[in-house]
Amino acid sequence: MASVSPGHIAPVDEFPLFLCRVSAGFPSPAEEYREGSLNLNRYVIRHPAATFFVRAAGDSMLGAGIHPEDLLVVDRSLEPADGRVVVAAVNGELTVKRLSLQRGKAFLLPENKTYPPLEISSALELQIWGVVTFVLHAL
Amino acid sequence: MFALVDCNNFFVSCERVFNPGLEGKPVIVLSNNDGCVISRSNEAKQMGIPMGSPFFKIRALVKQNRVAVFSANFNLYGDMSWRVMEALRQFDVSVEVYSIDEAFLDASSIRPDTLAPYGEALQRKIKRWTGIPVSVGIAKTKTLAKVANEIAKKSQKSQGVLNLASPQYHAFALSKLPVAEVWGVGYRISKSLENSNIQTALQLRDAPDHWILKRYSITLLRTVQELRGIPCFPLTLHTAPRQSISCSRSFGTLVETLPDLKEAVATYVARAAEKLRQDRLLAKQLTVYIRTSHFRQEPQYANAVTMALPVATDCSHELIQVAARGLEQIYQQGYRYYKARVTLTELSPTTQSQQNLFDTVDRAKTQRLMKTLDQLNNQWGNGTLKYAAEGLKPQWLMKREHRSPAYTTHWTELPLVKT
Repeated sequence: MASVSPGHIAPVDEFPLFLCRVSAGFPSPAEEYREGSLNLNRYVIRHPAATFFVRAAGDSMLGAGIHPEDLLVVDRSLEPADGRVVVAAVNGELTVKRLSLQRGKAFLLPENKTYPPLEISSALELQIWGVVTFVLHAL
Repeated sequence: MFALVDCNNFFVSCERVFNPGLEGKPVIVLSNNDGCVISRSNEAKQMGIPMGSPFFKIRALVKQNRVAVFSANFNLYGDMSWRVMEALRQFDVSVEVYSIDEAFLDASSIRPDTLAPYGEALQRKIKRWTGIPVSVGIAKTKTLAKVANEIAKKSQKSQGVLNLASPQYHAFALSKLPVAEVWGVGYRISKSLENSNIQTALQLRDAPDHWILKRYSITLLRTVQELRGIPCFPLTLHTAPRQSISCSRSFGTLVETLPDLKEAVATYVARAAEKLRQDRLLAKQLTVYIRTSHFRQEPQYANAVTMALPVATDCSHELIQVAARGLEQIYQQGYRYYKARVTLTELSPTTQSQQNLFDTVDRAKTQRLMKTLDQLNNQWGNGTLKYAAEGLKPQWLMKREHRSPAYTTHWTELPLVKT
């Protein structure tokens, strides 16, 4: 024969912007200002269907703040404009570089003096895969 | 007005997004257990590899021509499919997801003279956002939109987009399409039609109504009406509530003993229970089905058992225990089992759960356990936490020798980008 158990109170797992103590009978003046939780996903991912995560393997972009094994947020919906850090498919391989479109010439630039810039010519098989919007670096 | 958007060689295209070097090369994707071909790139098609061909039959051809082979990666394909459909929804029209790689869009708000450019815009956005190439067919009915899509896919001139809204091109288009390729005409119906001298979609369109109704069904008549430009199938946006949840796989190696079979079934139950919890449902009935392989010349056996649960539940270990008891009832020694299926039925939403006075299970504790299990598996990857009943190094696991990483669904399998 089963026993009757009391109602179960679920733990709170989202953190509201404001946490305040409520004393019986007196409503908190801060209650009206509660706005909701901070959602990192929504901050970082503007276009979920077009956003991919990739992992950096290498150090040619240290100057841009990208270290080996960092997580990169790549948004395929954004326009690959001059100056943006992009993921590009070069000869079938995915790589990260800064895009330079100046005076009719296109380059893929590293941000590390030990690496050479890559000129984009018709001979080079190039396709822009997406624009890097954020890098997540674990300290 | 309908637009049918259909991904080209979808599974292969998914693999190509993360392996751009495979563009222009022959690529194939194999079914679960690396059994047969379920997707081919255009280059593989040209090589003569048929759809559905068992892998062993084309091994030599594949090796000779350096065809890239992938085991089905449904984690990836499911996620990419979601992305394609979300990208379509950006166009602010109703989208009916028809299959993993096809969707019907309501194009009635688009100006008729801008239909083709609209199709091209759909194509460009999907390619840009997801990397997947698609074909677009536009017409007044779903069936004609499918015809337009078929033609768009194959014709060089159309570049993957075809607007068939105007009836003046219909006769020509339909005369070129074999009747078997009309949406809704299956193998048997097509053979029967061909016997009555109806070989093309055009001939089907022009067949008399009463003849179709007498020889076939009202559904085929609706298809014929649609071929004539009369819409009979509207966009269906609300999916009916689920009636059952299944998990079924064939085994990598044939299974003979009851303990091994219990392990396999436990895994399938756990997977089905995960889906149950994801959909916020409870099940009151469980069916286990096992069978030998009818491809082999050996003694055949197949059986199923349905077990009722005293209280509707979504708890994995309860379901595993019940499935094990059921298996004991139908297992027969001396057979080599090839496949098992677990089906959960009598589904009800968790919000409607009813208590049973004689229930011996601590439901609240079980709920917390299930929630923790799901959270950990979501965070660290499937299979991080498993029931011991599922086995540690099972031999019967699916063969997936050529599977690519789950690039978009597992933190540990993200694409590595040369930096």
